[in-house]
Amino acid sequence: MIEFHNVHKTYRVAGKDIPALHPTSLRVERGQVFGLIGHSGAGKSTLLRLINRLEEPSGGQITVDGEEVTALDANGLRRFRQQVGMIFQHFNLLASKTVADNVALPLTLAGELSRKEIDLRVAELLARVGLSDHARKYPAQLSGGQKQRVGIARALATKPKILLCDEATSALDPQTTASVLKLLAEINRELNLTIVLITHEMDVIRRVCDQVAVMDAGVIVEQGSVAEVFLHPQHPTTKRFVQEAEQVDEGEQRDVFAHVPGRIVRLTFQGEATYAPLLGTVARETGVDYSILAGRIDHIKDTPYGQLTLAVTGGDMEAAFARFTAADVHMEVLR
Amino acid sequence: MDVLLSFFANIDWSEIWLATGDTMTMLFGSLFFTVVLGLPLGVLLFLTSPRQLFEQKSLYAFLSLIVNILRSLPFIILLIVMIPFTVLLTGTSLGVAGAIPPLVVGATPFFARLVETALREVDRGIIEATQSMGATTRQIITNALLPEARPGIFAAITVTAITLVSYTAMAGVVGAGGLGDLAIRFGYQRFQTDVMVVTVVMLLILVQILQTVGDKLVVHFSRK
Repeated sequence: MIEFHNVHKTYRVAGKDIPALHPTSLRVERGQVFGLIGHSGAGKSTLLRLINRLEEPSGGQITVDGEEVTALDANGLRRFRQQVGMIFQHFNLLASKTVADNVALPLTLAGELSRKEIDLRVAELLARVGLSDHARKYPAQLSGGQKQRVGIARALATKPKILLCDEATSALDPQTTASVLKLLAEINRELNLTIVLITHEMDVIRRVCDQVAVMDAGVIVEQGSVAEVFLHPQHPTTKRFVQEAEQVDEGEQRDVFAHVPGRIVRLTFQGEATYAPLLGTVARETGVDYSILAGRIDHIKDTPYGQLTLAVTGGDMEAAFARFTAADVHMEVLR
Repeated sequence: MDVLLSFFANIDWSEIWLATGDTMTMLFGSLFFTVVLGLPLGVLLFLTSPRQLFEQKSLYAFLSLIVNILRSLPFIILLIVMIPFTVLLTGTSLGVAGAIPPLVVGATPFFARLVETALREVDRGIIEATQSMGATTRQIITNALLPEARPGIFAAITVTAITLVSYTAMAGVVGAGGLGDLAIRFGYQRFQTDVMVVTVVMLLILVQILQTVGDKLVVHFSRK
């Protein structure tokens, strides 16, 4: 479990104090995939680096599993860092070392295993990320996705409790991103590893995260379960991220539907409700007609959800709305 | 053929080989000490420079000043200024032994700067990644910085070796021996053009070999 108590960070640039992170309190449960989303400069990268103190906090307290990270001396910090893996946007592999030697590096540095034990562990890790055939290659001979897999194997070498992902998929194409995210989700499940990832893509959050925090100008503006934040965004920054992910512009939609007759409502449902034949039932019983103007049925991590924009005409409209509200569905009347 | 032979009438080949041997001894002797002293100095310059692992403004300014003073001194002046110190160190200011100290003092600051630059070329992300694994500063240097900068360091050694070749030729002025000495005493002072041509060609071949070997090492360690 990672806990932040009033942690803040201020940089001093040319005699001026620039706040990068305003006092923040935060809690990441063990085994969770916790996503931090924000535009560049929002402070998410600073927050991530405070966890393993690559950035020193200006104040506040950070604890991991009850151990106060902010109080560790140099030796304690080194030992703590061996329990925290990290992967990076640009992979940060050593070009001068082979894939196997890159993965072995954290173990060599820790100096606790014999050469033979290290070789075994490296072989096991490379097999886990599907790169056994590439052990003797140099990073320059690999594709971006393969490089990130090496990064992941390297980060897992010392059997850490926490994995920090710094924009780990931002330099990858969509297909490779999907496969790397799938790998992260797998290791999260298999190893009960806590993952903190930062990204500027809502889609990354939607695919792997359990919890999400939205950052803007050094402040966490919204936080909650991914489904909650994704389906019912409150803060303007969050709304913008969701719109980008859904490729829906509400203002534009309103103009397009201007000539559509009837009332317009948006229904949001998640979990089992996604598969319930609600629309048909309500239409039959209340005599309303509906047409679907826009919609999406998808899933957030493993939870299915749907969001439909309907034009409703005729029949007993009030009764229909009451039925929607009573069901396990969130209804918004747009017009 | 006769014309060619008569052109090379003054050449005493055993002299040439002896001088070539002296040049090689001076070159590799001084190159060895230059690398041994310059590599740590370059690492120190890098680490203490602004925004690096061991940022130390005053130490960096001091080292930088020393390096700049030594680098701005013309080598020919350094040769003469160094004489008392050289005698103290090696017992003589003449011959191969007398030439190595000024060569090392002349080349070390130059090499250290090149090492500093090569280390600067290493991606900061590499240092950050190594830090995140819990590495000590010493481990970061030996396990990440130096291996990553290896192509740059080999390029620096190559450039320094070639600079040293021209320095050894100049050291001939103060009686260091070697090809430069031969060129000055015979080629220049006795107007033996053939000696001049042969020594210059020998130096040229030496530089070519150094550059080729150096380039090959750089390519090999680039791992691209």
